[in-house]
Amino acid sequence: MPESVLRLIVNGRPQQLVAADEMTLLEVVRDRLHLHGTKDGCAAGSCGSCTLWVDGVPRLACVTLAKTVQDCEIVTIEGLAGWWGKQHAADAAELHPLQAAFAEQGAVQCGFCTPGMVMGGAALLRDTPSPSRAQIQEALSGHLCRCTGYEQIIRAVQAAGRRMLDEA
Amino acid sequence: MKLEASARQTAQAVPNRIESWAKVTGQALYADDIEWPNMAYGCLVRSPQAHARILGVDLAAARSMPGVLAAIEGPGSSAPYGIMPSNQDEHALAVDKVTYLGEPVAAIAAESFRQAYAAARAVRVEYEALSPVLKAGAPEKSLPQVREESETGNLHKAVDLEFGDVATGLQTASYRREDRLFYQGNNHVALEPHAVTAFWQPNGQIVVQSATQVPHYVQRSLAKALGVPEHLVRVMVPTLGGGFGGKSELFPHEVAAALLSRRCGRPVRITLSREDVFYTHRGRHPVAMKVETGFDAESRIQAMSFESVLDGGAYGSYGIASTYYTGALQPTTYRMGAYRFHGERWYTTKPPCGPKRGHGTTQPRALLEVHMDRVARDLGLDPIELRRKNLQPAYSVTVNQLDITTSGLAACLDAVERMSSWKERRGRLPYGQGLGFACSSYLSGAGLPIYWNPLPHSGVRIAVNRDGGVHVACGLTDIGQGANTVLAVLAAKALGVCLERVQLTTQDTATTPVDLGSYSSRVTMMAGNALLAAAQHMLSLLTEAAAHHWEVPAEAVARDGEDFCVDGGGQRAGWTEVVRWAEAELGPLAASGGYTPAPPRGRHKGSGVGPSPAYSFSACVAEVAVDDLDGRVQVKRLYVAHDPGTPLNPQSVEGQIRGGAVMGLGEALMEAQAFNPDGRHRGPHLLGYRIPTILDVPEIEVAVVGEPDPNGPMGAKEAGQGPLNPVIPAVLNAVREAIGVDLSETPLTPDRVLRALERRRREEAR
Repeated sequence: MPESVLRLIVNGRPQQLVAADEMTLLEVVRDRLHLHGTKDGCAAGSCGSCTLWVDGVPRLACVTLAKTVQDCEIVTIEGLAGWWGKQHAADAAELHPLQAAFAEQGAVQCGFCTPGMVMGGAALLRDTPSPSRAQIQEALSGHLCRCTGYEQIIRAVQAAGRRMLDEA
Repeated sequence: MKLEASARQTAQAVPNRIESWAKVTGQALYADDIEWPNMAYGCLVRSPQAHARILGVDLAAARSMPGVLAAIEGPGSSAPYGIMPSNQDEHALAVDKVTYLGEPVAAIAAESFRQAYAAARAVRVEYEALSPVLKAGAPEKSLPQVREESETGNLHKAVDLEFGDVATGLQTASYRREDRLFYQGNNHVALEPHAVTAFWQPNGQIVVQSATQVPHYVQRSLAKALGVPEHLVRVMVPTLGGGFGGKSELFPHEVAAALLSRRCGRPVRITLSREDVFYTHRGRHPVAMKVETGFDAESRIQAMSFESVLDGGAYGSYGIASTYYTGALQPTTYRMGAYRFHGERWYTTKPPCGPKRGHGTTQPRALLEVHMDRVARDLGLDPIELRRKNLQPAYSVTVNQLDITTSGLAACLDAVERMSSWKERRGRLPYGQGLGFACSSYLSGAGLPIYWNPLPHSGVRIAVNRDGGVHVACGLTDIGQGANTVLAVLAAKALGVCLERVQLTTQDTATTPVDLGSYSSRVTMMAGNALLAAAQHMLSLLTEAAAHHWEVPAEAVARDGEDFCVDGGGQRAGWTEVVRWAEAELGPLAASGGYTPAPPRGRHKGSGVGPSPAYSFSACVAEVAVDDLDGRVQVKRLYVAHDPGTPLNPQSVEGQIRGGAVMGLGEALMEAQAFNPDGRHRGPHLLGYRIPTILDVPEIEVAVVGEPDPNGPMGAKEAGQGPLNPVIPAVLNAVREAIGVDLSETPLTPDRVLRALERRRREEAR
């Protein structure tokens, strides 16, 4: 099985490892780097649970070959608060406003879709500070949730957006 | 930004979830996230045939593959088991024959998952094909028997119940009508696929970490399958990524992981793929149903006869209970003079069906509510008015001997009628648009356990420590519905302390008193009542200690916030101080409580299915638009009212109502666990099997109605399952209103709608 040296910057930290060429980014993040916050719900790119950022763009880690993101910057759910802190010179222990809003708005039930939803929603809010309902639905249309019925997730994105504007 | 919920919490401010901080940061660990030292990975070898005799299993090639640690096949590996005591028909790995495509035949453990998977593909199994059995009912003599030990052929179970004289009631009715519906089966699609890690330790104890809703039943069944005493099996449940009934019994991968662990001496992880989950199934039964009802001259139900035929799949699973449930709850919403139920469940060579949210009551409710609408049409009555004439009242006994306590059913009807502007709008919408109504009811916990025993259904142990902390232990399982939060909030309220003092240990068979599991919407009712009993005991210990200290009678001791004080006297002490007085006097402080529901009223065979300490009630109005060119049904708006008694966690109750309604929407419009003639699932993945996305969900207006129930903890009933049930028939009825066509099967996919429209065109042309 061919292997290569894989170099990534994950949550701000350089990582170098030898990985089989067929390894997905999801396998690297979960099994090799032990960052289990990114979830595997279908392994086929259909549910959005494995969403993380590759150079700032939300990507489905389960259908991304790790070697295709050589030297890229990866942010996972574990690194989102740190990324947010860096942007705003804030304490790294603080939550991204969307993480807080998910908890407060009842957008979390079983929580399995939550990391992917938050990564998708946080990318939307970074680029579109005050998204419309339709924009939120469009941005999160690749993320399945079986528990909430989605309304509280929409509310959380709206609430976080408002808070980010207020504090800007 | 800090979480509000992590700040000082009073017992009054209820957080959505005590663990949401862990779920939004990625810190929450699910079954597939936990790394054990020296862990090996397992993979199941699944049958490519739906029905075949196993002539031989050759593991030699697989055993020689790189990284392989153990390989096992069915014969001699485990004892038969099953969730129902009378249906011990399952083996972890098939023994003589396979009875559904995807049935596990062998299992491999290896150093990595990829190695286990590669070795599983190298296992050679020789099969002799048998005819598949695809349809329930209508026995064909030529078809082979699915379960060869069955004494009734492919008929798994037939049940008959009659209350009152239905024949006379129907004969003397001033109006009667018969209707039929086929309700398609569907899958739970919890976002987290099943996963387990089992470690058969060298000391003989077997530790299992599994994604299950029922650790207690898994412990019992696994001990039986492995032939060891129950106390040697410990089942722990990590954070669970949804259940909906799909993780409610012992599964082959759980047994196989334990067996492989014994062979290789290491912890073994098996995680199912999404495809595996569709083949493991245990979801909603496909049911063909018929109802006939006779009404008197005042449009009141004189007699009802209900028949259901369930397509059970290859094993018993919960099937006996599912069969009874398809006849159990019709009378909880409607008073009737006489009621008859005939149910049948059939074995077929498909993945076994079992319980899904609404267990066995969802399908008959769909037909019953469609039927009531058609009756209203025949009688020239408003559909909601017809229901109002027939409502089963609060504090009454149904014709099938179920005790109803509080009922918010009438309030549910009023709420959705008002929210939807029903009176102003119904019947006045243009062709292609319609409003439809339905109502329903559900249990707040099954009155009887799955296996007969006289023990509490739920137990809680409270320890109060000298640091002022409160430790609550209960076997309940939080599947994402918020059971842990409810337990913690109730503990804080009952003891009169801040929520931040409360620590929980739950979902672990070794360290907690038994709770039967997260099924039948029982946890708030039963664990809640057990908690209140334990808390009352603990409070009396503390009150006595304060009374001794102050040398006053216990009755003189009162509470002021967390403090203890004496009314009119100057004595006052904080919570922790009183705890220390009590510990000095009594030793370490612990109190326990249990809950057992009252015995069912009915004495007939089958009377164990249906009774509950309290019933929730729901109603829904659906507003739809149907495109009669492409057959697409668009649900524009849902109005849902639910009676959960006292909502202990209002945000969570709203979440359950919305989530249930959207799951119902998926069942109504798009979801089908359907199979090709060779037994292959028609789309065992999330592209082939669609569930509602954020784009499919209409605006949903929610009303919470009702009053505190005397049997519920602080008045609470259920919210987890009930709100799903009225949504499907409300959509069916709305589509009828929109296009004037009666549909006779679910889901309402465009092809079905178009076929129904085509049928009408042909009839009109004649």
